[in-house]
Amino acid sequence: MLSDIGFILGTTLMYATPLIYAALGAAISENSGVVNLGLEGMMYMGAFIGATVGYYLGNPWIAFLAAGAVGALVACLHGIACISFNADHVVSGIAINFFSIGFALFLCRIFFDGATMSLSLNFDQKMPRPFNGAFEPNSFGDLVFNQYATVYLAFILVLIVWYLLYKTRIGLRIRSVGEHPKAADTLGINVSRVRYLAVILSGVFAGFGGAAMSIAIVSRFSPTLISGHGFIAIAAMIFGKWKPQGAMLACLLFGSAKGFEIFLGASGLEIDLGIFKIGMSSQILAMLPYAVTLVVLVGFVGKAVAPSAVGLQYEKEA
Amino acid sequence: MKRYLKICMAAMIISGLLLSGCGKKEKQDPDSTSQSGVMKVGMVSDLGGVMDQSFNESAWEGLLRAQNELGIKIGYLESNNNSDYGPNLESLTDAGNSLIWSIGFMMGDAALEAAKANPEQKYGIVDMAYGNNTPPNLISVLFKSEQASFLVGYIAGRMTKTNKVGFIGGIKGFIIDSFDYGFHAGVNYANADVKILRQYVESFSDAAKGKSIANQMYQQGADIVFHASGPVGDGVIEAAKEKSKWAIGVDKDQNSLAPDNVLTSAIKRVDNAIFNIVSDLQKGKFAGGATVVYGLKEGGVDIAPSSDKHVPKEILSEVAELKTKIIRKEIVIPYNAKTYEKFYIAKQ
Repeated sequence: MLSDIGFILGTTLMYATPLIYAALGAAISENSGVVNLGLEGMMYMGAFIGATVGYYLGNPWIAFLAAGAVGALVACLHGIACISFNADHVVSGIAINFFSIGFALFLCRIFFDGATMSLSLNFDQKMPRPFNGAFEPNSFGDLVFNQYATVYLAFILVLIVWYLLYKTRIGLRIRSVGEHPKAADTLGINVSRVRYLAVILSGVFAGFGGAAMSIAIVSRFSPTLISGHGFIAIAAMIFGKWKPQGAMLACLLFGSAKGFEIFLGASGLEIDLGIFKIGMSSQILAMLPYAVTLVVLVGFVGKAVAPSAVGLQYEKEA
Repeated sequence: MKRYLKICMAAMIISGLLLSGCGKKEKQDPDSTSQSGVMKVGMVSDLGGVMDQSFNESAWEGLLRAQNELGIKIGYLESNNNSDYGPNLESLTDAGNSLIWSIGFMMGDAALEAAKANPEQKYGIVDMAYGNNTPPNLISVLFKSEQASFLVGYIAGRMTKTNKVGFIGGIKGFIIDSFDYGFHAGVNYANADVKILRQYVESFSDAAKGKSIANQMYQQGADIVFHASGPVGDGVIEAAKEKSKWAIGVDKDQNSLAPDNVLTSAIKRVDNAIFNIVSDLQKGKFAGGATVVYGLKEGGVDIAPSSDKHVPKEILSEVAELKTKIIRKEIVIPYNAKTYEKFYIAKQ
C-alpha cells in the first residue's frame, strides 16, 4: 500500500516536472502581456539541443543551459514578431511551433547521420540523481525522492519566479506592462524592453522543460518526445490563475492524475456499482487526467482573471 | 490598346512555351528509363523519416541492397505530415518508377487511392492489408510479428528469476495484438508458472508514460519487460536501465539503446521483404492484388542478432529448435485472443 502511494507520488513528480518549467515560462510571458503559444516549439528545440549537447560534450549541466539558451533564441524571434513588429501573438506562436519542429529535425539529421533521433546518453552524461542509493530500492523514500536533479530544480525555480514576479521591482514592471502598458509607459517604463525580457525568460524556461524530458526522463531526443507538453503547460498556467505557484499545483494535479491512471491500469480495477460493474478500460483511463483537469477547472478554481493587456500589441504613441 | 495586345500576345507565347516544356518533360521520363533498361524503384517514408532506426530505415536498407546486387536505380521521398503521402506518391509516379513502396499502415489510404488512380503503375505497401479489395497493381506485405514475439517470450519465460514478466503495448489493435498474444504464448510455452503483467499505454509517443508503466511492473516484481509501443519504448528501456532490469526491444535491434539492459529484440526484416519483391519484379514476377505474409520461414521476422550477448547458449539453441518447429508448422503461434485460447487448450 505504502509503495503504491510512493509510486503514484513519484510518477506525479516525474510527469509534472517538464510541465512546470514550461508553465513558469508561460506565466512570466503572459504576465508581461505577451501570449506565448510557441512554448511547444521552444521545448522541442530545448529537448533536441539538450540531448545533442549532452551527447557531444558529456556534461548534463552544460546541456541543460544550452537548452535554455536555444529556448531564449527562439523566444527572441517571437519577441521580434510580437513586440517590435506588432504581429498577432497567436499567429507568431503557431508559426514558431512549425518552424522549431522542422528546424530541430533538420539539425538532428546533420548531427546524427541522417537520423531523426539522437543517440542515447550514458548515465554519467544524464542529469544526476542526488538521492540515488540514499534509500533502499523500492522503498517509499526511493520511489518518491529518487528523482533527477531537474525535478528539484523545478520547485526551486517556482519559488524564484514567484519572488521575481511579486517581490522585486522588475517583477512589478513585468506585471504592470501586462496590466496597463500605457500607464507603465507614461511612468517611464520601457514597455518593449520589459516585454522582451519576459518573453526571453519564458523561452529559457521552455528550453529547460524540453531538456528535462530528453536528458532526464529519457536519454535521447526523438521526434515525438515533446507532443503537446507546451500546450498542457499553457493550460496549467491559466488553470493556476497566471501565478507561478498556481501553475505548479495545476501541473502536479495533472501529473497525479497520470499516476493514478497508470496505477489503476495495472490493477485492472472493476468498479462495482451494485447493479452493474464498470470495467476500467485503458482507453477510459487515458482520458482521466484531462477529465479531472476539466472538472476541477469548472468546479473548484473559481474565476480566473488574465492580465488585462494580454495578447494586445502596444504601440507607443509618437 | 496596341501595346496591351502585344503584352497579351507575349504572355501567351511564353506560357505556351513553358507548358509545352512541361509536357515534354513528363513524357520523357518514363521513356528514358525503359530505353536505358535500368529499373527504378522508389519509396515514400511515413512520418519517422527514412533514417528512423526502425522500419523505414529497414525498408531503405532493402532498397540499397537491391541497388548493389541487382543494379537498379532507387530513390525516396519523406513525409513530414499525413497530408504529404498522396503528393509524394504522385511525384514518384510521375518520375517513372517501376515500383513504388509505401512504408507503414499510416499510408494505407493514400497508397490505395494512388493504386486505383494509376492502374498502370505498380505499388507496394508494408504493414497494411486490404483483403479482397487489393487492387491488382498493389502488393501488400504483412509480417508475422507473433512469431518473433513468441521467441522473445520464450526467452523471457526461460530467463525470468522472479517468475513475473511484463508486456507493454502501444495502442490496442490487430497489429499490437499479434505481439501481445505471441509473447504470451511464448512465455507460457517456456514456463506455465510465469505470471505476465500486461498494460497498454494508449499512445505511441508518450515516453514518460511508458517509463512509469515499466517502473510499476518492475516494482511489482517483473524482471523482464517486452514493449511493442514504438517511441514509447524509449521510456521502457530507460526504466530498465535505471532499475538494472531487462527490457526486450521491438522492430529493430534496440540493444544499442542500453547495451546492458536490452536482452533481445523481436525484429521485423522489412529489408528482406522489399528486396525479395523487387528481385522478383526484375525477373518479371509481380504478385499484384495479393497480400504477402513474411514470417520466420521467409526471413521476415527474427530475434535480434545481439541476443547472444546476454542470452545463454543453451536457450538460444532451444530457440533455434523452436524456429524449425514453427517453420514446419508444428507450432502455430496465436495472434489474437481467439487463437490464443486454442493454443492454450492445444498445449494442455
